[in-house]
Amino acid sequence: MNQVPVIELQGICTSFRGFAVHQDLSLQVHAGQIVGLLGGSGSGKTTLLREILGLHRPDAGLVRLFGVDLNDPDVELQRQLRRRLGMLFQHGALFSALSVFDNIAFPLRELHCLDEDWIRRLVHLKLAMVGLGNGHGKLMPAELSGGMVKRVALARALALEPELLLLDEPTAGLDPDRSQNFVELIGDLQRELGLTVVMVTHDLNTLAGLASHVAVLADHRILAFGTRDEIMTVDHPFVTGFFGADRRKLL
Amino acid sequence: MSDIPRLRVESGTVVLSGPWTLAEMLPMLDLLRSGLEAVPASVRHWDLSAVSRLDSAAAVLLWRSWQGAWPASLAIGPLHRQVIARVAELPQEMPPPPVAFVHLPEFLGRQVLKALANLRGLITLFGQLLLDCAYLARYPGQIPWREFSANVYKAGALALPVTALVGFLIGVTISYLSALQLKTFGADVFIVNILGISIIRELGPVLVAVLVAGRSGSAMTAQIGVMRVTEEIDALSTMGISRSIRVVLPKIFGLTVAMPLLVLWTSSVALLGGMLAALLQLDLSLVYFLENLPRAVPVANLLIGLGKGVVFGFVIAVVACHFGLHVRPNTESLSANTTSAVVTAITTVILVDAVFAIFTRHVGVPQL
Repeated sequence: MNQVPVIELQGICTSFRGFAVHQDLSLQVHAGQIVGLLGGSGSGKTTLLREILGLHRPDAGLVRLFGVDLNDPDVELQRQLRRRLGMLFQHGALFSALSVFDNIAFPLRELHCLDEDWIRRLVHLKLAMVGLGNGHGKLMPAELSGGMVKRVALARALALEPELLLLDEPTAGLDPDRSQNFVELIGDLQRELGLTVVMVTHDLNTLAGLASHVAVLADHRILAFGTRDEIMTVDHPFVTGFFGADRRKLL
Repeated sequence: MSDIPRLRVESGTVVLSGPWTLAEMLPMLDLLRSGLEAVPASVRHWDLSAVSRLDSAAAVLLWRSWQGAWPASLAIGPLHRQVIARVAELPQEMPPPPVAFVHLPEFLGRQVLKALANLRGLITLFGQLLLDCAYLARYPGQIPWREFSANVYKAGALALPVTALVGFLIGVTISYLSALQLKTFGADVFIVNILGISIIRELGPVLVAVLVAGRSGSAMTAQIGVMRVTEEIDALSTMGISRSIRVVLPKIFGLTVAMPLLVLWTSSVALLGGMLAALLQLDLSLVYFLENLPRAVPVANLLIGLGKGVVFGFVIAVVACHFGLHVRPNTESLSANTTSAVVTAITTVILVDAVFAIFTRHVGVPQL
């Protein structure tokens, strides 16, 4: 699996109403890496994530996932590609009209290949994976607490056992204890399933607990990409400012 | 990724190889399933050491084909054994979630209770409205004039084109169809009576009510509903601003004021359409039509029409606000409540119209 990079971005340019967000941005993520995407507010982290998902088309540049161009016109190929990635939205984006069980079962049912018994077993497995019990399946998303919404959303993102998992602020809005649990949960899953993970986060603890690699997004491009230790030594006002006093804690 | 999941039986051992993941299995799922089913029960040796990836979907498939028990001998990597072990920990029987049967009496009872709850909610809202009016009479500085005028503009001024178009077309249609009948009796001049009474007294108000219920009523329910879902209503309360005075009251009074004006406008345009059709069909001049209109249609009819407009506007807004305030935070509830608001508003309007017809049956009918 070391030949084709999981994510390959080349020369991405994006602008909103003449205001440039990305200029000639390039990034390569390989299988098994956990990449933390850092950047100031408004530096285009979420936009970049949306571009990787194909929800937003950059003005120029190339996005390849698993070596497949996202602009490829082959609809079936695009569908297969989407099955290989899972996304955890910042606010969960659970289907509010479906129960927790049906939310997780939804992507499985959409395959139209699995029987109900199979789907039930898989949903229970996923629920157990994110530390939720059988009884939670009947609840509606509106009845869940913030942390549970994130867990269910993660279970749904993992329903198809994707090779690539994208996380947008996975621990934002959780208390430190829960966010530590969540970090451990994602870390365990990554080891078990051999996922490639890209996450946007502001939280240093999440970054320290999870990321194997760090990409710094500043000045409209990827300023630095490397392992955590390498990034520590980068001398740039944003990086030094961001890590600041916490640099010791991370190491 | 050139590799595919494979299965073969050799000398009493089932050998699996390749990536056994959902994505890889999908194109050949039926083949693999029939392959697994074809494995004779006597074969109790499984070799999974050549499997490169194994996900839980494949683990469930294997576990089911093993009928919920570990095979006699299993060669497998420790990581993959963990995956299967997790599946093995699940309860053997997965009962489907119980399907709730709906009994007819229970269903009817529920509907009645729901209707009663809605009625209660409407009465509560009405009471709240009276209390708010009393409060605003004591503190006139807090009357939300800006919201009120914004609602008059949104529900009234912006509805002018669509009500005019529909009114004009209805006027033309009625005039044309009546003219065909009247011609056969030689009673051409009575087109003035027919158009005047039917449009001013009945059709104008009801037509506008149906249009406004669909246009502004649904918008009010959706707006208040989304404000509830996004907790904007709660944010208002925390700032010490009454949601009923700031959100509900301007909508109700805005529509109550805008509706009679819309009725007047629509009735006029409908009459214009009727007049033009009469001119073309019966050669009835516009001047003759206008001169005879006051004689054929006593002014009481106009007052009844405008009165209906006031009541209909009030009813539509109250119903819309009631359903908006009872939206629960999910998309299903939002759509259900918007539908209920429009259906209930139109039904109530027709009901009120019937009541009007009964109580005003002696008023405004020209004596010939």
